[in-house]
Amino acid sequence: MNSNTAAPTHTKTTSVKSKALVQAHDLAKTFDVSAPWLNRVIERKPRTLLHAVDGVSFEIEKGKTLALVGESGCGKSTVARLLVGLYEPTRGGLTFDGQDAHAAFKGNNAKAMRRRIQMIFQDPYASLNPRWLVEDIIGEPLKEHGLITDEAELKTRVGELLKSVGLSPLDMVKYPHQFSGGQRQRISIARALATEPEFLVCDEPTSALDVSVQAQVLNIMKDLQRERQLTYLFISHNLAVVRHVSDQVGVMYLGRLVELADKHTLFDTPRHPYTRMLLDAIPKMHDTGKARTPVQGEVPNPLNPPPGCAFNPRCPHVNDRCRTERPQLLSIGGIRIACHAVEEGRI
Amino acid sequence: MPSTPVFVEPDQNNKNDHPMSLLEVKNLVVEFPGRRGTLRALDDISFSIAPGEILGVVGESGAGKSLTGAAIIGLLEPPGRVASGQILLEGKRIDNLGNDEMRHIRGRHIGAIFQDPLTSLNPLYTVGRQLTETILAHLPVTPAEARQRAIALLQDTGIPAAAERIDHYPHQFSGGMRQRVVIALALAAEPKLIVADEPTTALDVSIQAQIITLLKNICKSRGAAVMLITHDMGVIAETCDRVAVLYAGRVAEIGPVHDVINRPSHPYTSGLMASIPDMTMDRERLNQIDGAMLRLNAIPKGCAYNPRCPKTFDRCLVERPDLLDAGTTRAACWLHDGKSAAKAGVAA
Repeated sequence: MNSNTAAPTHTKTTSVKSKALVQAHDLAKTFDVSAPWLNRVIERKPRTLLHAVDGVSFEIEKGKTLALVGESGCGKSTVARLLVGLYEPTRGGLTFDGQDAHAAFKGNNAKAMRRRIQMIFQDPYASLNPRWLVEDIIGEPLKEHGLITDEAELKTRVGELLKSVGLSPLDMVKYPHQFSGGQRQRISIARALATEPEFLVCDEPTSALDVSVQAQVLNIMKDLQRERQLTYLFISHNLAVVRHVSDQVGVMYLGRLVELADKHTLFDTPRHPYTRMLLDAIPKMHDTGKARTPVQGEVPNPLNPPPGCAFNPRCPHVNDRCRTERPQLLSIGGIRIACHAVEEGRI
Repeated sequence: MPSTPVFVEPDQNNKNDHPMSLLEVKNLVVEFPGRRGTLRALDDISFSIAPGEILGVVGESGAGKSLTGAAIIGLLEPPGRVASGQILLEGKRIDNLGNDEMRHIRGRHIGAIFQDPLTSLNPLYTVGRQLTETILAHLPVTPAEARQRAIALLQDTGIPAAAERIDHYPHQFSGGMRQRVVIALALAAEPKLIVADEPTTALDVSIQAQIITLLKNICKSRGAAVMLITHDMGVIAETCDRVAVLYAGRVAEIGPVHDVINRPSHPYTSGLMASIPDMTMDRERLNQIDGAMLRLNAIPKGCAYNPRCPKTFDRCLVERPDLLDAGTTRAACWLHDGKSAAKAGVAA
């Protein structure tokens, strides 16, 4: 590979920092979306594999937030589900606090690992059981993990959890439908916090909410992070929200990370053409009526991604190398980036 | 019925309405009669749209944005009904028309674009058939001409290889391409007004930018006015000439988009603007508006925003404000009634 002979600042990304609480290395998930067996035999169709996540590596330090951004179908949610063990990785793995998380999820101590990693889902209407009282919803993880068995103690603890997300302990005898979307999302957060996890995976936690309510939920999430040294993986397609909550930002395109950088570096000096495109696509609130030239083209079909760099059909800096050789995620100038043009100093 | 409906009463909105309004909504009230009493979803909404103008309608879920759009295109779901007020298109009332007459208006005079491009296209017909059907229903052309027009429309909306794509079914298009087809469909009979209800909410940011630019340019070039309903202030800022901020079925503030965004006059608008994460500022905490959008059956006396408003004073609790002049915009807030604000010792 050409990059091995390039300048010494280019190093392979497999070097692992020891401080990180969460380390994903070369995480990949492939789904088999082939036609049914009979069709394959009769119509002589080959198996079809969808590479939803294709080799994603990152670290998150304790108490920090890594945000993953990207458009629909780029594999953000699949990464989230891999991290909490809802999916088994096809390749690569996850190290959590020095342990192999996916081995732990399968072993005898699975509950101990699951207790430490929790998830908040996007849709606060679908992620709470409509037939359960709030106290059962929030109490379930406590009972399931055998943290509290005493009924009275359970009620006190659920009350405390509700208070910590800005709801009243009196709310525990209500059903989810009696709450608004923002309040429901706070119930989801209280449930995720019940087991006192260290790492929360938040998959678009505010996408279904109105802006004024989104602000309430984001504030609570930030307060809780400060109080409890929580580590977040925050998934969103809203770059303004990401800029507000995150410390580091990873940009994904078609199942791969294309740029991973500190928040300020990424937003102030985006390097990857896709990151630049995403930033340009955000409407600027205070320059009213300013016309933009949107980037043309759409995300390619992930079943049949273009050869070379997946972004090459839309990229303004494309050359022959981009069309044939897939760029690796390299450390260049303090950030990690997968782009031939940046590596060659063309942009 | 007023005899000269083109002109507005002098005491009303004289700043934002001019006699050449394309669409005028006057004191519109939409109600949903139910077993436990009638819910008033839109309460005395008035605004107008000039020819070729883009008016943004913004607000949180449940504020009545989509309902306003549905009332204008005559697609209120029963039991919802226009209880009082008027909707005038080029000076003619359209809120009291029958179904058949309204069908002639829809498509021909008012085009509609909805949020989900997949559900607003018929999956069993090719996009070409849907386009030609609309063109033939409203314009005096032959089927061959209609097809030519359909291809031209698809080209104008940026669909590559339109002559081939016209015979494809909706599922063969991507989300962004489908929304382009829907825009082509809305423009097919060359209406003067397009009601676009959350046209980009279901799309990714990069595609959203493409669609908004397309909508803006294509409507400008054809002189069509747009009522753009969205909850996304960024989209409003970029696209609209004027904006109406809705809260609990009423217009909280209306005015030129630049002034509403940069110098909001209603406390709700300021709260809304401050709660949006900004790309240019670093803030540890976002400003939040405490509480939640009201339920329609629990709207308080006085100003509907008073339970959440940081500037509430006694008059807000008892009397409902109408739109008052507030600098360059108009806001439904007692702070802009000089006397009552001065008496209460609060400043706008």
